[in-house]
Amino acid sequence: MAATQDSPLEQGPLAWLQALPLALIFGVFFVVPLVLTVIVSVWNYDEYQIIPDITSRNYVEAFEGCLSQLPALCTTLKTYATTLRISITVWAITLVLGFAVAYFLAFHVRSQTMQMALFLVCTIPFWTSNVIRMISWIPLLGRNGLVNQTLEGAGLIGSPIEWLLFSEFSVILAFVHLYTLFMIVPIFNSMMRIDRALIEAAYDAGASGWQTLWNIIVPLTKPGIVIGSIFVITIVMGDFITIGVMGGQQIASAGKLINTHMGALQFPPAAAHAVILLATVLVIIWGLTRILDIRKEL
Amino acid sequence: MSKKPTAGLTRRSVIKGMGAVAGAAAGAGAITGFPAIHAAEPITLRYLGTAVNQSADIAKKCLEDTGIKIEYIPVTTDDVSRRVITQPNSFDVVDSEYFQLKKLIPSGNLLGIDAKKIKNADNITPVFTKGELPNGKKIGDQGTAPKKVFWLEGSAGTKFASSPSGYITLIPTTYNADTLGIRPDLIKRPIESWKELLNPEFKGKASILNIPSIGIMDAAMVIEAMGEYTYPDKGNMTKEEIDRTMKVLTEAKQAGQFRAFWKDFNESVNLMVSGETVIQSMWSPAVTAVRSKGVPCVYQPLKEGYRAWAAGFGLPKTLAGKKADAAYEFINWFLDGWAGAYLNRQGYYSAVLSSAKAKMEPYEWAFWMEGQPAAQDIKAPDGTLLEKAGSVRDGGSYDARMGGVACWNAVMDENDYMVRKWNQFIAA
Repeated sequence: MAATQDSPLEQGPLAWLQALPLALIFGVFFVVPLVLTVIVSVWNYDEYQIIPDITSRNYVEAFEGCLSQLPALCTTLKTYATTLRISITVWAITLVLGFAVAYFLAFHVRSQTMQMALFLVCTIPFWTSNVIRMISWIPLLGRNGLVNQTLEGAGLIGSPIEWLLFSEFSVILAFVHLYTLFMIVPIFNSMMRIDRALIEAAYDAGASGWQTLWNIIVPLTKPGIVIGSIFVITIVMGDFITIGVMGGQQIASAGKLINTHMGALQFPPAAAHAVILLATVLVIIWGLTRILDIRKEL
Repeated sequence: MSKKPTAGLTRRSVIKGMGAVAGAAAGAGAITGFPAIHAAEPITLRYLGTAVNQSADIAKKCLEDTGIKIEYIPVTTDDVSRRVITQPNSFDVVDSEYFQLKKLIPSGNLLGIDAKKIKNADNITPVFTKGELPNGKKIGDQGTAPKKVFWLEGSAGTKFASSPSGYITLIPTTYNADTLGIRPDLIKRPIESWKELLNPEFKGKASILNIPSIGIMDAAMVIEAMGEYTYPDKGNMTKEEIDRTMKVLTEAKQAGQFRAFWKDFNESVNLMVSGETVIQSMWSPAVTAVRSKGVPCVYQPLKEGYRAWAAGFGLPKTLAGKKADAAYEFINWFLDGWAGAYLNRQGYYSAVLSSAKAKMEPYEWAFWMEGQPAAQDIKAPDGTLLEKAGSVRDGGSYDARMGGVACWNAVMDENDYMVRKWNQFIAA
């Protein structure tokens, strides 16, 4: 799209027309469903119908026992504690991995052809569906899986390691496998925009490799880091399939709460939990954008 | 895939989306293009249900016999109910479970099926109509036993009738008695009671179903077997009973008793085949699937009895005219024996036993229904070998298995409370 200097108001009807398709898509597929979700979250329900009626019931029940049970955590707080713990771990690992891979691609690979070729290699796992990529871990990590068989065969362990599968470990492993690319792409993009003369100048001024990395590259890569972080955190916060399959359905997640209510045809409490999840994620994104104003940096 | 069928499908779904029944029939007719076989234009019935029951063989045979084309809409158990309640004009026949009726009937979206138009209505097994075996023995009726929700007050009624009213909620298709599946090669000792599910001996090797309303009933079977508590009705617990049940489950989960919970048929098969679990709640065809991979698996009869379930055909209230006639014709065909024999050979039970018996070989009937040793190799409908000659069906005869039913899948009055407690259990 062409960059506009004037506000659309001064540009006349043509600019409005140009903005219309996107606005319509946003309106129909984003704003309307969101507003409906919020509305339904304050409606009442029984076994087979939603009752249009303003009630705080769904929110009260969602936070049932959160005050009275203290210091023990209620269902919702416990679920969010687990979800946050997993999100932060996955975020930290994908950040380090993604940064390292992007750094290698951007600064160590000299030829542009090679850069593009290696970058495409990173996307190969995305040629299959993420469900397949996730499920293929199961035969590897299971009690009688490849890893356990190899370790037992080598005489390193006496009995199979149980925590390899259906544990927080396997959930985090699958998330890192699935979503590191979402970190690599924006960080790589930011790194490619860094003026190489800055690095030469740092080198000339006597900066060590670490100093250059910490004082030049990291600050200039911040937009990529924040965008990648938003991708990874929002996906992991809302996920219930990966946590379900890799965690053996025994690990709670915000998405799982919603899914259980949907399964029981209880749409209003599901909507209330969706609103709570949305609010939580928005707070996190707000926090991230406080660290950096993305719009200014792009 | 070539491009043409895709375009046809898109057009068909677009037409369907408009909700025009006539439009869908015309559209589908144009695509199938069998006008030469049947003089009248073929009628298509949209069959909503779970994939497990939607056999291509049944659809093919139905088209041959009646000229009615069956178009399957495979969705999950939850989605069947969701669509009945929210989009009753998106299907012509629904295959739903009886326990869901407590949610579906009050919505008024299902029609009472006129028993007079069902030829075999009087031959439907008394398991459904009276809650007893053909030999008159009463069977367990805890939970949503089909006899409690079988009759509707009227054709457009939203309340269940306690006595035969002439209007049926669902015409039974399949039903079965569920129990625990075990790996005898890994357990190496007899298993006789539900309490073994929470026996610490199987720590990290047990699993239950992650469908709250069914999972909690399996847990109740365990608690009764442990002698801790006897429920007046396992399928309709009070809040205190739910708390008590979930407490036992939660303690077991925290002690690491469960390897995983499963929700999907294939998940249960994989857990068992890979040896991740050695004892778990299971469905009968899943046990067959494990065995067909060469892995020993037994659908273990237990002394406390079975948890039964039943599914059947319902009709949406929007159904009218030719489509309605075709739906009745399809149901009549379904009860006529061929489909029943097909289902019995898969280890399910069919609604009309006499008609199915006529379409089965005597040795098949003896193996599947009478619990006798197989006189010759038992094959699945697709020809794969299920059991070698001489083997006996787990649990024995129809009378022994259905007679041993302790409770039925159910939706509790306190369902809403139970779902919240289930979430608490998962988070614990």
